[in-house]
Amino acid sequence: MGALREESAQRGIEDRIDAAWVWDRIAKAVIFIGGISAIVFVISIFIFVAKEGLGFALFDLDKSQFFGSPAWRPTSEPEPQFGALALMAGTASVTGFAMLIAVPFSLGSAIYISEFATGRKREYLKILVELLAAIPSVVWGFIGLTIMNPLIIQVFNVPVGLTILNAGVILGLMAAPIMTTIAEDALKAVPDGYREAAEAMGATRWQVIRWVVLPSAKKGLVAAILLGVGRGFGETMAVLMASGHAINLPTSPFDSVRALTATIASELGETARGSEHYKALFTLGILLFLVTFTINLLADILVRGRKGKKA
Amino acid sequence: MKLYTALTLAVLATLTSCGGNVNGGNRTVIQNKGSDTLVNVAQTWAEEYRKIHPDCAVAVSGGGSGTGIAAMINGTVDIANSSRVMKERELKMARDNGNNPVPFIVGYDALAVFVHKDNPIESITIEQLAAIYGEGGEITRWSQLGITVPGASGDEMVRVSRQNNSGTYAYFREAVLGREGNYKLGSLDMHGSKDVVELVMNTPSAIGYSGLAYATEHVKVVPVSIEGGAPVVPTVDSAGNGSYPIARPLFMYTVGEPEGAVKDYMDWILSDVGQQILLKKGYAPVGKL
Repeated sequence: MGALREESAQRGIEDRIDAAWVWDRIAKAVIFIGGISAIVFVISIFIFVAKEGLGFALFDLDKSQFFGSPAWRPTSEPEPQFGALALMAGTASVTGFAMLIAVPFSLGSAIYISEFATGRKREYLKILVELLAAIPSVVWGFIGLTIMNPLIIQVFNVPVGLTILNAGVILGLMAAPIMTTIAEDALKAVPDGYREAAEAMGATRWQVIRWVVLPSAKKGLVAAILLGVGRGFGETMAVLMASGHAINLPTSPFDSVRALTATIASELGETARGSEHYKALFTLGILLFLVTFTINLLADILVRGRKGKKA
Repeated sequence: MKLYTALTLAVLATLTSCGGNVNGGNRTVIQNKGSDTLVNVAQTWAEEYRKIHPDCAVAVSGGGSGTGIAAMINGTVDIANSSRVMKERELKMARDNGNNPVPFIVGYDALAVFVHKDNPIESITIEQLAAIYGEGGEITRWSQLGITVPGASGDEMVRVSRQNNSGTYAYFREAVLGREGNYKLGSLDMHGSKDVVELVMNTPSAIGYSGLAYATEHVKVVPVSIEGGAPVVPTVDSAGNGSYPIARPLFMYTVGEPEGAVKDYMDWILSDVGQQILLKKGYAPVGKL
């Protein structure tokens, strides 16, 4: 492009400056701003979070307590305690349980939509799955609080229903739609030639899926699962409402737990700016940011790897 | 810090215009925030005050004593409600930001202990509460109190507590667990008094605490005693005369000595009219009415 313009400038052919030229420039500028805004936002958010919490995290925070103790008592007198182990265990256990539910459901429905469903049925299914993704998380949390809670108490005969099981099921259902959509894209990206070749060799429907389609789409499927995990780590409202918000090192799915995100959400509004508690919450934010960033990066690298190979 | 001082001055300047001469349509807004225990009565005060002073609006929001105190430190509020005294550290932070908090006791509240309405328990001692909620406390099952809760699945006690910035949480810790005491981990930490009552109402094996004004007919309020003493039912009277062992003063902090509209409002709250409203909401008034 540049070379072409230089060439035309040498020949004395200049762009005519008229309305179309002005619009072209304006459109270019607007699109450029739109394009880099995402990067600018991510970087400024990271700088903001780091500025508030990094100094505290690196110098003032007792690291062995932070990573080794479950005691999160940030307002305790005289000595506040900032143990985040139980919060990390809470987030990990809820996300883990959610994946137990979301992975089979989302992979199953992705395979069905991509390989079996045809015509109108397939379109309806896709729309419904996307509709599921549009339910606000506070509504999911409400379902956990008012429907799942008494149900779990009755069915499993436990004292309280706001547990890992409750939050895990809710979170699994929340993560499933996005995982289904991405997994289905990955399956669709497998060239039809592969399927036809396998069928030509006498493979059954299941054999085609099991031995040809799934292995070729493997990276995309793993990326879909990782994005679901990232969603689980970051989800706040539904987990806050359904998990019981109790500091526990969980030993069974019927324990109440507290997640990192939920802790930040419920406490940050009430801390004085610049206090130790405030900075400790930002340290939790940095931790969350790093974990989700790593997971998303991993997913992205996998997806890119798949696309690169195909091209 | 200079910015905050400037902001406070600006707020005060607008406020002083409220009490006296107000230009047509020029209303003053008093920002009032904090204690979840106080939020209902604060809301009613604001509504009633509006009727007699249409030129002065009071914007009330809850969120917990910690929220109000944080807002006072950050300089975003004119009056902070709190169900606990401000800590030395918080006072210092507020003064460093140019906001000198001045406390007013606006009423007294009994901290009620709730259980499910089917729970047969008749009374509980402060020492038992400490063993239930305190770190190292022995009591984790209802049978240890000699109680079988009908309809409960299993014997385990479900402890319901508050988020760690709540004034109720802080007061309960000081009054029941002692100054250096800590809560046992693993309680369900609710975000408001109303949530505590709601969870206890729906969970047979639960025990929880909140301001008495939040009690409903769907939960049982347990009389509390100090070991050896007679159990006292929390009421407005027993909270006011000090016979109920876990009653506490409720505070409103103003930024500096109140002036203008804020002063008028505080005077009105502490007048008989304001205190009658407080009494009707289930809190004990300051002094005799």
